[in-house]
Amino acid sequence: MLAYAIRRFGQSFIVLVFMSFLVFVGVYAIGNPVELLVNPQADEAERIRATAALGLDKPFLEQYWVFLKGAASGDLGKSFVFNVPALTLILDKLPATIELAFVAMVIAISLGIPLGLVAGLKPDSFIGRGIMAGSIMGFSLPTFWVGLVLIMIFSVHLGWLPSNGRGETVLVAGIPVSFLTMDGIAHLAMPATNLALFKLSLLIRLTRAGTREAVLQDYVKFARAKGLPQRRVIGVHVLKNILIPIVTVIGLELGSVIAFAIVTESIFAWPGTGKLLIDSINQLDRPVIVAYLLVIVSLFVVINFVVDVLYSLLDPRVRLGGAAAAH
Amino acid sequence: MAEPARVEGPWVRFWHEFAESRLALVGLALLALVVAIAILAPVISPQNPYDLAQLDVMDSKLAPGEASGTGKTYWLGTDDQGRDMLSGIYYGLRISLGVGIASTIFALAIGLVFGLVAAYFGGWVDTLVMRIVDIQLSFPAILIALVLLAVLGQGVDKIVVALVTVQWAYYARTVRSSALVERQKEYIEAARVLALGQARVVFRHLLPNCLPPLIVVATVQVAHAIALEATLSFLGLGLPITEPSLGLLISNGFQYLLSGKYWISFYPGIALLVTIMAINLVADQLRDVLNPRLRK
Repeated sequence: MLAYAIRRFGQSFIVLVFMSFLVFVGVYAIGNPVELLVNPQADEAERIRATAALGLDKPFLEQYWVFLKGAASGDLGKSFVFNVPALTLILDKLPATIELAFVAMVIAISLGIPLGLVAGLKPDSFIGRGIMAGSIMGFSLPTFWVGLVLIMIFSVHLGWLPSNGRGETVLVAGIPVSFLTMDGIAHLAMPATNLALFKLSLLIRLTRAGTREAVLQDYVKFARAKGLPQRRVIGVHVLKNILIPIVTVIGLELGSVIAFAIVTESIFAWPGTGKLLIDSINQLDRPVIVAYLLVIVSLFVVINFVVDVLYSLLDPRVRLGGAAAAH
Repeated sequence: MAEPARVEGPWVRFWHEFAESRLALVGLALLALVVAIAILAPVISPQNPYDLAQLDVMDSKLAPGEASGTGKTYWLGTDDQGRDMLSGIYYGLRISLGVGIASTIFALAIGLVFGLVAAYFGGWVDTLVMRIVDIQLSFPAILIALVLLAVLGQGVDKIVVALVTVQWAYYARTVRSSALVERQKEYIEAARVLALGQARVVFRHLLPNCLPPLIVVATVQVAHAIALEATLSFLGLGLPITEPSLGLLISNGFQYLLSGKYWISFYPGIALLVTIMAINLVADQLRDVLNPRLRK
């Protein structure tokens, strides 16, 4: 197990270094930030001074080397626009994004698995078909457009929910969170629902497919033949066996929820990292873009790593298979 | 084996199995309608939305069904420049579908070649290609496309490049896994024994038998490509304002939404939804029909 974890960790590190190079090369090619930062009336000398101050006059490889040295000590450069460390900027906004992603995942899981179970147990019933039709809708609805429709209904037409911002926050262990105040919850409701919709559809389909296969298995028939109550057959025998792929997908989708939060944050003006990224792209704030991508990539690498380890804990076959391959 | 007496050709049988689902037929009909509108947009549009001479600022932000001063009725209203939304949607569909289909075809071609090569040759080629695919697929498509467009800038060609880059890996993986199974089969061995050229074995013998799962993936991916393009355009990173796709139309209306002028964003979204849903319905049924495990 430990050897497996170390090997996976080594792979993750290589991915991270590789991605940092790709990101740096890519972002390096984006426009000339000096044009946007210097006063348009500035003369040539001032332009050159600004370029030198940002370190943009050095050759590309030297810039990358300076960046790598800084990155190793936790310094990802200063934002051109805000003149504060890019990493600080990202980490300040990260709790808002994580809160949004987390609440969205909770909504998707707490609705998706029960609905998927119902649809899987009664695939031909009216309810089962209705749930599936809903999930096809959820797959087809463009996330950003649903966000607009939500604003249209609940903010403009009914006037129930605010359409932007985070609302009132309270500090928990020094981190501001919205979900503990009524105002915060009102602000969180629409963005979180919006972000949850796609994952909800995915979980319904996954649970339904797993359930349909599981109820045909011998162990379920046997459990029924033993006279176990329906509740126990479904809660223990079916659910336990379909949970493995579901847990994997939930883990992997956590990363994609954070990425999709870019869209939701832009619509609802949620002050998270996604909105920061879009603003930074528009302002050519290279250090922030690079820092965002590296933080997100690291987050993904960690999530994938944790999912892999969890998976091997949940499913002995993976653990044993891995051990056999290692010898 | 309910009807053993009837002999059907493969296409006829395929059609009969597909038509078993009424929902899929509805999807197919909707899809045909959407494609017809996209192709015929210049003929059926009440107005050419790109021709500024036809626009009248006096007509801007009219509600659906309202008539202009000149007596023309705008059934879906107008946008901030007095552009007829219905015409805008027809032309927008053309661009959204065009971008979706073009990027799917290119991504399919690239993924196909890499997937087949990886499966057929195996060894380090396979390891290299699949490692790249794995790394790429561990990142959400929208993130990769976003960064690419930030680097490349706006334009139809650039968004196609970005969509192809995020999509090829799905095809490569699908083709490789079915090609690995097919490669073991006797007809490939027979083709090799006949000393046919490698290219001929790969493309004439291996490829046709890997197609069914690929068709399903490609159908789903057209829908994904359209949704992704719309999202990127909405974020202001996709297409230029001169060629508004559905996503850009929705984005234009966003700023008027809070003042209650919903139609500028709402109707293009409905068009987008119908398009994507039609494709998904067709893809769902294709998946069932082409899945050998569900064969009765």
